[in-house]
Amino acid sequence: MRDVIIVGAGPGGSATAKHLSEKGYSVALYEKRQEIGAPKRCGEGISLGRVERLGLNPPKNCIRQKIDGAKIYAPSGKAVEIDYGKDSGYILERKMFDKWLAEEAARKGAFVQAKTYIKDVVRERGRVSGVKGESCSEKFEEKSKILVAADGVESKISRVAGLNTTCNPLLIDSGVQFEMAGIEIEDPKKIHLYFGNKIAPRGYLWIFPKGKDVANVGIGIIGNCTIPAIDYLKKFVENKEELKKGSILEVNAGSIPVGGFLKKMTLDNFLIVGDAAYQVNPIHGGGIYEAQFAGRIAAEVIDEALQKKNTSDKQLNKYNIEWWKQRGNSLRKIEKLREVVENLSDEDFNYLADKLTGEDLVNFTRGNSLVTLAKLLLKRPHLIKLAKALF
Amino acid sequence: MFKWNKNKCLRCGGCISVCPNDALELTEHGIVRDEKKCINCGICELFCPVGAIKVKKNENK
Ligand SMILES: Cc1cc2nc3c(=O)[nH]c(=O)nc-3n(C[C@H](O)[C@H](O)[C@H](O)COP(=O)(O)OP(=O)(O)OC[C@H]3O[C@@H](n4cnc5c(N)ncnc54)[C@H](O)[C@@H]3O)c2cc1C
Repeated sequence: MRDVIIVGAGPGGSATAKHLSEKGYSVALYEKRQEIGAPKRCGEGISLGRVERLGLNPPKNCIRQKIDGAKIYAPSGKAVEIDYGKDSGYILERKMFDKWLAEEAARKGAFVQAKTYIKDVVRERGRVSGVKGESCSEKFEEKSKILVAADGVESKISRVAGLNTTCNPLLIDSGVQFEMAGIEIEDPKKIHLYFGNKIAPRGYLWIFPKGKDVANVGIGIIGNCTIPAIDYLKKFVENKEELKKGSILEVNAGSIPVGGFLKKMTLDNFLIVGDAAYQVNPIHGGGIYEAQFAGRIAAEVIDEALQKKNTSDKQLNKYNIEWWKQRGNSLRKIEKLREVVENLSDEDFNYLADKLTGEDLVNFTRGNSLVTLAKLLLKRPHLIKLAKALF
Repeated sequence: MFKWNKNKCLRCGGCISVCPNDALELTEHGIVRDEKKCINCGICELFCPVGAIKVKKNENK
């Protein structure tokens, strides 16, 4: 009997496991893949501020490139530059990073096991009380006081446990990425983001440099597009001199939640962490930080519940409350911004690129100063309705 | 009809994340569809980032 079983060794699962093991609980962390962290489904960008806020000190081999800023391209080609400050962002090597996070959990005492697929939950008097799975093709069953689903966007465990987490499919972007080498990057200390309905409908296309001639070149688009995301990506690469002759070292794909946060992420003896609960920044799709931050909140709530010997839904509801207070409300504001951005035409983008500074954009992605944007939108009659959503 | 192209598929699980009826699963053998649950809505086909799924919609709908 474990105190806690966690399904999925992504950043969310490993963070939850680490914090709980640190507190002395008996924790098992199961991952279906044979290698934690691979293949990656990620552009690998995170800001230094976020890494520090998580209290992480990742080893050098987890960090591929330090970033000073961003260049955001309107469909017209006009770029707005953002200065984040020297070395204030990282492009990670997720394979190393995710494995290091799992290592940290193991170091604190968690039992981590790869190639272990969790198929179902075990129930006792109707309540979730453990898991059924297959580890290296051997079937097993294990009990726990609490079960945490950190199994990513394709989360099955929440649904099996009895929480209907199905969201509007239009709140998930379809993403695909090439890790490219032998390319030219105009400014490898900056991330490059391209907007426009012909380039990336609803989403954006990114170049995240991992060195001076290596980068993640990826795209996220609305999920109901009749042209697959990979075709948009190929077109962009083919039309760009600097990329065209490059090699492709990896092809990655995945879903990127852009909203649809859950009010209720708990049941008796059960809660959800990370992508499985759509905890992602809806404007840029970043979830490495969100998953780990939620993992920390989850660990605190679980600690209290286990100490009180009360793991009921009512007790675990603290997780819903705390997550919404600390993250949900501000992410919800950012979701509103995304709702506005997805309705902009290429012309609107070009207009905004002329009016906005890099600093404005940084503020917006944090959910701040949205009134500035609203005021600009109000000047375009067809955007008045959208602007109102921001006040 | 549900056709899954195993050579195109990157096993990213995207189709599973958007399936409104929980009809898909990613197993060692690839994407497996539960015929009883599938409602032929075609959302997975549109979503798939690499175009690895083809669904023929219910003609009488
Ligand atoms: C194309 C793309 C680009 C992205 N770029 C960025 C970026 O630049 N920056 C950023 O911050 N975020 C980015 N993200 C988002 C980020 O990758 C995720 O938000 C993050 O990985 C979420 O962490 P998680 O632990 O919740 O889930 P995941 O990392 O998805 O981990 C879930 C784990 O659970 C395992 N699992 C699932 N089901 C089971 C089961 N039944 N049994 C056992 N194990 C199971 C999976 O194999 C997986 O390893 C991107 C996403 C995509 C798709």
